[in-house]
Amino acid sequence: MKVSLFLTCYHDTLFPEALKATVTVLERLGHTVDVPMQQTCCGQMHFNTGYQIECMPLLDNMLAAFDSAEVVVSPSASCVGMMREYYPYLAEQHGNHEQAQRVESLNAKTFELSEFLVNKLGIEDVGAYYPHRVTFHPTCHSTRMLKIGDAPLKLLRKVRGIDLVELGAKEECCGFGGTFSIKNADTSMAMLSSKIKNIMNTGAEICTAADTSCLMHIGGGLHRLRTGIKTLHLAEILASTEEHAHVS
Amino acid sequence: MSVKLPMFEKTAPENVQNSQLRRNLGKVTGAIRVKRARVVDEMPDWEALRDAGYALKTKVLRNLDTYLLELEASVTRVGGKVHWAQTAEEANKIVTDLVKGHGATEVIKVKSMTTEETRLNDALAASGIKAIETDLAELIIKLANEESSHILVPAIHKNRSEIRELFIRTLGEPDLTDEPADLAGAARRYLRKKFLTVPVGISGANFAVAETGTIAVVESEGNGRMCTTLPKVLITMMGIEKIIPTWQDFEVFMQTLPRSSTAERMNPYNSFWTGVHEADGPQEFHLVLVDNGRTEVLKDEIGRQTLNCIRCSACLNVCPVYERTGGHAYHSVYPGPIGAILTPQLKGIENASSLPYASSLCGACYEVCPVKINIPEVLVHLRGRAVTHKKEHGSFQDKLNPEFIGMQASAKVFANQSRYESAQKMARMGQGIVVKNGYINSLPGYLSGWTAMRDMKALPKESFRDWWRKREGKK
Repeated sequence: MKVSLFLTCYHDTLFPEALKATVTVLERLGHTVDVPMQQTCCGQMHFNTGYQIECMPLLDNMLAAFDSAEVVVSPSASCVGMMREYYPYLAEQHGNHEQAQRVESLNAKTFELSEFLVNKLGIEDVGAYYPHRVTFHPTCHSTRMLKIGDAPLKLLRKVRGIDLVELGAKEECCGFGGTFSIKNADTSMAMLSSKIKNIMNTGAEICTAADTSCLMHIGGGLHRLRTGIKTLHLAEILASTEEHAHVS
Repeated sequence: MSVKLPMFEKTAPENVQNSQLRRNLGKVTGAIRVKRARVVDEMPDWEALRDAGYALKTKVLRNLDTYLLELEASVTRVGGKVHWAQTAEEANKIVTDLVKGHGATEVIKVKSMTTEETRLNDALAASGIKAIETDLAELIIKLANEESSHILVPAIHKNRSEIRELFIRTLGEPDLTDEPADLAGAARRYLRKKFLTVPVGISGANFAVAETGTIAVVESEGNGRMCTTLPKVLITMMGIEKIIPTWQDFEVFMQTLPRSSTAERMNPYNSFWTGVHEADGPQEFHLVLVDNGRTEVLKDEIGRQTLNCIRCSACLNVCPVYERTGGHAYHSVYPGPIGAILTPQLKGIENASSLPYASSLCGACYEVCPVKINIPEVLVHLRGRAVTHKKEHGSFQDKLNPEFIGMQASAKVFANQSRYESAQKMARMGQGIVVKNGYINSLPGYLSGWTAMRDMKALPKESFRDWWRKREGKK
């Protein structure tokens, strides 16, 4: 299958390793990866902060970038969530019928990575090897908005060598919330401190998730406190093999 | 006239630091979450009940004009009198005049959010009438001269030793211990006298049945039922959205409300009254129907689902923000997620513009809501309205706000591939001075909110698209 990669701006700019790992996994499974260069940002940050009219040119740009794609995959659950949950809202509130129709067809072919692998392709074992103690944080947008369920866990359970430990109070938000983490920094940090406590209780070396944005928040706190625990996107664990072990 | 509320982000930090509040709230919300999940999980048709609740409420709101007239006719038929109030002031005046008309100087009250919303007790006090709250937690709040911090458990922020001290001071009970039975006994001795002597009772309504004119109140203590049965006169004040079409519709809400609010299968006291009955209960019944901004909410096709709310407070109990800030940080009669969407709509977005931002949009509230209010959707919708208001009516200072400038400018940059790629390069070059050992631990201005508490990984040497271009070039 020809898979068009929805990069998301912060992965492209700040966390390219998760994208490279996504390419590795998809190619290992025999798919052809395509990167439409016209894509930029889905507008989630602007939308969630209330700058919704400003999202319309971004929406148009994304529609143009992926119009001809066969299937669109992204390692970011929250950006896929933005597209699925709020592009229809944008088209309805600030756009037109034609945009609404194009949004509908874009959403019919767009998937978050684990959702694509497990729910669409029916693959759980991607041939990964990762001999570390890992805990998994089910991010809010991946579980409550996209409802990907335990697709990431199904993938992780098939990783050879992994010591997967369950995270306490795992459904609770890490406190990121986009600009919430800046505007309401104290409250956000009070939420993060609980998440960090639960991660530390697992004794894991690595905390993983299907969303780099939440991991940026969790990882930023773990690093500030010098816990020695790192965050790593799910794709990077799945990309790791005995021959090409991921070095954290 | 609505007053501008203090900004949530300015007052929340003080509450976040209150160790007693954090302990009390963490303990109570944690316990009720577990209990709620248990009584919900035992229902095989829970999702169908949520759908039915949503459908019923939507039907009522779409046909509110018809149902209100039907309710008025039904209540009148069974001997009650219906009063219409467009504003809080009008509603309070109607009630005050009724109480004065009976020469009463005291009223006993069933816990009610609507009378809190209209600040009825203050209006009564201004006319020399003392309102006695009979719900234990509400009584505690009023004796302490505080504001409620939870819709259902208004004294959630207080622990029992604080309540003991309060009762010793205000109820003249010097020998109290902090045992719950002892504390409840003190309240009982105080309230019994009032139940038997005060001539006017005031209640809110959980539901009003358009078909029969029946009003329903559910509660845990039985004090509410004392207020609705013992006084000579009963006055009910309710928001116009509290209607259900028929008696049979209770089959949905009587299953979802108790499980969602107190995590019980059934409320201990379910009181229903239909007009007046000779020699049984109050001989005079008044129903005051209050708009107070609700028809404005109804105009907004995204926002109107807020009026589905049955005030169960499940959204408060699961909210990770509410758990850490408590209710007072919201400065709103309705705190938590529901308050964050209801108050800005009732009071005007310009008066409560910070409330829709008091959320990480985690969606836990939507997941538990028994009438399926998509709270995150309404939150972002109201954020949009807040920004539009700022653009159209904002002060000079509002427009110099770094977020206001940054969001609009960055959207322009991101809308175009070449501008976006130039910005990536500039950010990479610009970060040089702030990076230490691959991390950034201090950023200026707006972004300092991030680095005050967390580090930030430095931008890598090459973006993904740069790497991809190189790789494709080699092929």
